[in-house]
Amino acid sequence: MIPILDIRNLNKNYGAVEILKEVNVAIDPGDFLVLVGPSGCGKSTLLNCIAGLEPISGGSISIGGRDMTQVSPKDRDIAMVFQSYALYPTMTVAKNITFGMKVRGIDAATQARKLAEVAQQLQIEPLLDRRPGQLSGGQRQRVAMGRALVRDPKLFLFDEPLSNLDAKLRVSMRSEIKKLHQNLGATMVYVTHDQIEAMTLATKIVVMKGGVVQQIGTPAEIYNHPANLFVADFMGSPAMNLIPARTQAIADGIQIEIARTEGAPIVLQSPLVQDLPQDVILGLRPEDIAETGFRSGAAVQSAQCRIDLVEPAGADTYVVSELGGKQVTARLHAETKAQPGAMLDLAFDLAKVSFFAPDTGERLN
Amino acid sequence: MRAWLERQIPKMVLAPSFVAILIFVYGFIGWTAWISLTRSKLLPKYDLHGLIQYKRLLAAPRWDTAMDNLLLFGALFICIAMALGLLLAILLDQRIRVEGVLRTIYLYPMALSMIVTGTAWKWIMNPGLGIEAMVRGWGFESFRFNWVIDPEMAIYAVVIAAVWQASGFVMALFLAGLRSVDGEIIKAAQIDGIPGWRIYTAIILPSMAPIFLSAFIVLAHLAIKSFDLVVALTGGGPGYATDLPATYMYAMAFSRGDIGQAASSAMVMMGVVFAIVVPYLYSELRAKHV
Amino acid sequence: MSDLSPTPATLSAQARPGQIALRWLLFSLLGLFALFYLLPLFVMVTTSLKSLEEIRSGSLVALPREVTFDAWRSAWSGACTGIQCEGLRPYFWNSVLLAVPAVLISTFLGAANGYIIAQWHFRGANLIFSAMLFGCFIPFQVVLLPMARMLGLMGLAGSIPGLIFAHVIYGIGFTTLFFRNFYVTIPSDLVKAAKVDGAGFFRIFWSIFLPLSLPIIVVTVIWQFTQIWNDFLFGVSFSQAGTQPVTVALNNIVNSTTGVKEYNVDMAAAIIAGLPTLLVYVVAGKYFIRGLTAGSVKG
Repeated sequence: MIPILDIRNLNKNYGAVEILKEVNVAIDPGDFLVLVGPSGCGKSTLLNCIAGLEPISGGSISIGGRDMTQVSPKDRDIAMVFQSYALYPTMTVAKNITFGMKVRGIDAATQARKLAEVAQQLQIEPLLDRRPGQLSGGQRQRVAMGRALVRDPKLFLFDEPLSNLDAKLRVSMRSEIKKLHQNLGATMVYVTHDQIEAMTLATKIVVMKGGVVQQIGTPAEIYNHPANLFVADFMGSPAMNLIPARTQAIADGIQIEIARTEGAPIVLQSPLVQDLPQDVILGLRPEDIAETGFRSGAAVQSAQCRIDLVEPAGADTYVVSELGGKQVTARLHAETKAQPGAMLDLAFDLAKVSFFAPDTGERLN
Repeated sequence: MRAWLERQIPKMVLAPSFVAILIFVYGFIGWTAWISLTRSKLLPKYDLHGLIQYKRLLAAPRWDTAMDNLLLFGALFICIAMALGLLLAILLDQRIRVEGVLRTIYLYPMALSMIVTGTAWKWIMNPGLGIEAMVRGWGFESFRFNWVIDPEMAIYAVVIAAVWQASGFVMALFLAGLRSVDGEIIKAAQIDGIPGWRIYTAIILPSMAPIFLSAFIVLAHLAIKSFDLVVALTGGGPGYATDLPATYMYAMAFSRGDIGQAASSAMVMMGVVFAIVVPYLYSELRAKHV
Repeated sequence: MSDLSPTPATLSAQARPGQIALRWLLFSLLGLFALFYLLPLFVMVTTSLKSLEEIRSGSLVALPREVTFDAWRSAWSGACTGIQCEGLRPYFWNSVLLAVPAVLISTFLGAANGYIIAQWHFRGANLIFSAMLFGCFIPFQVVLLPMARMLGLMGLAGSIPGLIFAHVIYGIGFTTLFFRNFYVTIPSDLVKAAKVDGAGFFRIFWSIFLPLSLPIIVVTVIWQFTQIWNDFLFGVSFSQAGTQPVTVALNNIVNSTTGVKEYNVDMAAAIIAGLPTLLVYVVAGKYFIRGLTAGSVKG
């Protein structure tokens, strides 16, 4: 299958400043690609490059098998939804949606038909004669989506479309976008700094930092096998515990030793044979540390830990303990009897563990 | 190729304006600068003769008067207009019900041409039938107010008219500044029991430093360019008593046929303006774009 | 003065009489200043309605005993501006013919330039903007001589098109500044959205930016109109008998040495010359002030 979007060796500089370095991404029709990273990582610039709104300094972009590197935005067969919605302030909602078709010289009857379809789909029929200034944030968001939908493009581009909405609306719009994607079977590229949005929406995630792609993969791959310390730390909330540790090969696996400020180091033994250096960073998600007895498996190892903090969060209770000089969070069931200052037996699921090199930050297993 | 062309459209639309500015502002400044270094009289000559025109300028008593006048007029005009504008702004800031009307009254002179202002004040200050005659009519027989025809005092008459015209504008600037001070700071100060006048001197006025600077720049700029007002009010007279660099330049350029002098005096004027404006603009632009 | 006065009386609630006195002082001061600003206008109007007779015998501030519009008639169509005695009328129309196209052209150019500089970022745009901005601040004396020669070379010397040209050129800086400062507040996503919608440079300008620019257009038109109508320096330097704007004609009427000094005619002429801008100020004062402050404060 020809990828619908194929970005090869893309570079983007502003003068001497490199904004994007050697970006390679390809997606298939129907994919929902999310570009995620902290602000300034280049994700929005990458989206603008895909749209043709920013010229690129090197490499190529092709959409639907056609090289679009030098093609202007209007001929790329794309539609875009902006963070500020970018609705034309002096036009009514209906004119906002039909403006693109008007510019392209599509006949009035078709315009009206498509407008009606989209308005019905997004339930914005009562708003068609209003101006953007008279709409609420959520309504503007819908109109902006309508403007994109009416184009029926090869590629939908979203530039942080939910970041101006309040928390509750954001969650409901998020599921609407997901539904839209499923119903339309359309291909979407979506920029966000919110890793939860990325996880919930994407079929494929690109994690970026400093203009460099850190990892490309499905949400599960990114979550379970982060490629480096940055991805491990950025994706997931609460973040993955990253604990300095020492490893040693033993007869039937490896032995992991984690220092503590008080008391003897914790020693865990993993049956999984791995070739590791002596010093590593051990990465374990909070849900992979449980109260002993609540987790079983070949690679589950228990150790007594001193609990510093107990944070009930309704469905779960988080407890924090100091290990290897780090505040390590464990996600326990809500009924736990954990008390701050008391000792508790914690079970570490070493089948889920990630190892990183302390110097390069790269994944080792 | 088409995409490239599309990207060039903004530049192509902007280009004529930019070229016009390059030629008609910067090119012309260059031309004037060049002429100011020649012996041009009635017609421009392009052979350079160093600073001869500037030496003539320095030696000319009329130019001397013009620069003295500019200094005196500029200093008085700026100080009085700023003080008056600030006073009016503070007075208007006391929650006056008729503020809108008063503001309109204080500011309307700014809408008038300097020629109109000059004509009006020339009539009001003329000794035979104006204020002098009026006060004498009230019984003060020895009252004298003949500034417009007194070489020693005529420049002060220009100051009066200029202040009348521009102080309302300064008022508007300051009033906007007073209103933009964070209300919570003032509330906090009131709760702390700080007296009203102290709130002004310690909190509000210091935070308006940029507005003082803007007002100063605008007024200084007006003062240096002042031409119409003097022409209408005193015609530069009596004699050359109220000549300013602007009227000197005009006289040299269009009635004396001495364009070398006109060019060099214009360059000096520009030097003075830029000495004031450039640092200000530079800091403004830097603050905005960096 | 109440809040300003350094007397402790303003501070305590018991000092009510003191506060009332200060309130009165405040109002009398404000009233006095209002008189200072209104006096010249009052004197102009009353003088223009008096006969010369009455002017000579009466007081400056006295109301006219007998209202006569002779001075107005003379100022409009009979007063001498030198050799000619046609009043202000032809010059008033000169000013109209000059101001209207000059205002429209410079406003339009400013809108286009501001749109480009604010929304179509390219390398050097800020440099160009700075160059234009500095151009706003030059004393026009420095371009007076070469402009006079240039207008001669272009065959526009002493003509109204020549004056229009000069006003447009030296107005671009300010109009560009106004529009640029307005358009930078508009998110750049708007242009991006329109580009994706397929609109080009001109389409985006016409369909999206101009329709939302009404407030700044009003400010700019008022500013430019006031500047151009009130201009004297260009008018006196670049015009000749017959093409002079109203300010120059007014000055000629007032300073013409032939015949008796007709103060009432001078005042009527001054009011006529000032009326259009005064009218604009009264009708659209809010926009006028906005232009003044924007033109002088913002860099």
